[in-house]
Amino acid sequence: MRVLIRGAGVAGLTAAHELLARGAEVTIIESAAGFTGAASWYAGGMLAPWCERESAEETVLTQGIGAADWWEAALPAGSVHRNGTLVVAQPRDGAELKRFASRTSGFRSLDAEQIAALEPALAGRFRQALFFPQEAHLDPRRALSALRQGLAVRGAAFADGDMDERGFALTVDCTGASRIGGIDGLRGVRGEMAYLQTDEVTLSRPVRMLHPRIPLYIVPRGGGLFMCGATMIESDDAGPITTRSLMELLNAAYALHPAFAEARLVETGTGVRPAFADNLPRASRRENTITVNGLYRHGFLLSPAMAGEVAALALGEEIPRGDIR
Amino acid sequence: MPLFYEIEIRSRLLLGTARYPSPAVLAEAVRRSGTDIVTVSLRRETAGGRQGGAFFELIRELGVRVLPNTAGCHSVSEAVLTARMAREVFGTDWIKLEVIGHQDTLQPDVFGLVEGARILTGEGFQVFPYTTDDLVVAERLLEAGCQVLMPWCAPIGSAMGPQNVQGLRAMRAEFPDVPLIVDAGIGRPSHATTVMELGYDAVLLNTAVAGAADPAAMAEAFAKAIDAGHAAHGAGMLEPRDMAVPSTPLIGKAVFS
Repeated sequence: MRVLIRGAGVAGLTAAHELLARGAEVTIIESAAGFTGAASWYAGGMLAPWCERESAEETVLTQGIGAADWWEAALPAGSVHRNGTLVVAQPRDGAELKRFASRTSGFRSLDAEQIAALEPALAGRFRQALFFPQEAHLDPRRALSALRQGLAVRGAAFADGDMDERGFALTVDCTGASRIGGIDGLRGVRGEMAYLQTDEVTLSRPVRMLHPRIPLYIVPRGGGLFMCGATMIESDDAGPITTRSLMELLNAAYALHPAFAEARLVETGTGVRPAFADNLPRASRRENTITVNGLYRHGFLLSPAMAGEVAALALGEEIPRGDIR
Repeated sequence: MPLFYEIEIRSRLLLGTARYPSPAVLAEAVRRSGTDIVTVSLRRETAGGRQGGAFFELIRELGVRVLPNTAGCHSVSEAVLTARMAREVFGTDWIKLEVIGHQDTLQPDVFGLVEGARILTGEGFQVFPYTTDDLVVAERLLEAGCQVLMPWCAPIGSAMGPQNVQGLRAMRAEFPDVPLIVDAGIGRPSHATTVMELGYDAVLLNTAVAGAADPAAMAEAFAKAIDAGHAAHGAGMLEPRDMAVPSTPLIGKAVFS
């Protein structure tokens, strides 16, 4: 079966991976902008279904639990870091930590000594924290590049212009936020982030700092690089980060560790997360087109499960082209 | 039911629309609260996106009256600009005017508030000012043309509940005919009952509902608490006294001790 996949962000590439594994012949249309047009390029890359459960529906947890295994199998060894997630709060925001704990599971509470043992850089900075040992993280940019490369090696074709769909039994639309306005109920949730570079702080795992107004996470990318994110704004504007957002992110980073004050701000970016009203993704098939969208801020966490759904929809009963009324 | 700028409202609960886990959860909370009016922040949510983007569309689809707000504005000019934008987007003259004066407590800048209220009233806006329980400021806001006042009972999002019950009581007594809405600081349904028992006309909530584990259930709980407080106020409550008063008359009992 020849399948055309539109979109080479995390949704398109994971779908391609699953379809290839089931013997399909896959062609992927990339955007001319490369990966930088995809929301997943600006993602945190946290495989954190237990933490996400704080505000997300139960299905994000059940569908996301397998993500770390999926990525480990799909990517070169060492790409997925299974070091868990650390959740901290400033002493005056202790209520936020309690609230977070009451909404989540799969964690243990740490005291100051245990925090220091886990993340020496944070020694003496926080008196209590939550540790989610089963969670993992990856570098989204390396992951996308490696996945793309692996697909090419396994015979997937890549194209950067449009393709005539008539040569394909099936089209899979994975074009994410570009469909806002075209898919009923799809909206954009703007996320802004910053990359900081410093050799003065070492972290081994994503750290989430709770705050009633400005929650922040910092994900170590290795080599002194940290990704710091992310805002959640109900807007489909993909323009540069605003001063206020940057100020809030940097303030929060500084509050997490003062050494971030001397870090280099090496990049800022904005992605528009496509989302439905319940903030859950959907895959559906209409004749010979499968559409998967609405991954919201769970691209790396939920795309493996959605790719499985896409493959199941693809291998369901096929309607030959030409028979459509 | 009280009138807000000559509009008779159907519910004494006003609900904010920020920080829900998802728009679907927000919609369910609005439905179960029975609210008639939701507030929407323009400042934060537009961020230069397509005017009247998908989120505003979702808000309009809730089928309730929209009270746009100027949340997050720290100056008069910013707030006035946001109010004008809100009028365009939602086609209403209503505006909840917030001019934040203090970064940590989000205390209103009452000087800027009065000035902003004067400017906006002059432009035909119907201003709902987010203010403190200061009576003099309240007087100035009324002079500036406000016909509704929205005093805080504690800092925004703090969930502390009424910090100055005497202040709220004095405000109610001072302005018996002005619709008064407690805005900000309510954390629990019992807080809402307390201020309604004082005779307030309505309560505006956001974080207390949006941040609950089950926002829709909490919205309903608040609606009941607000109704209970209002009914109690109308029913005339006992004043506390320092001695026990037996509910059964003692006269006629066999033994007096």
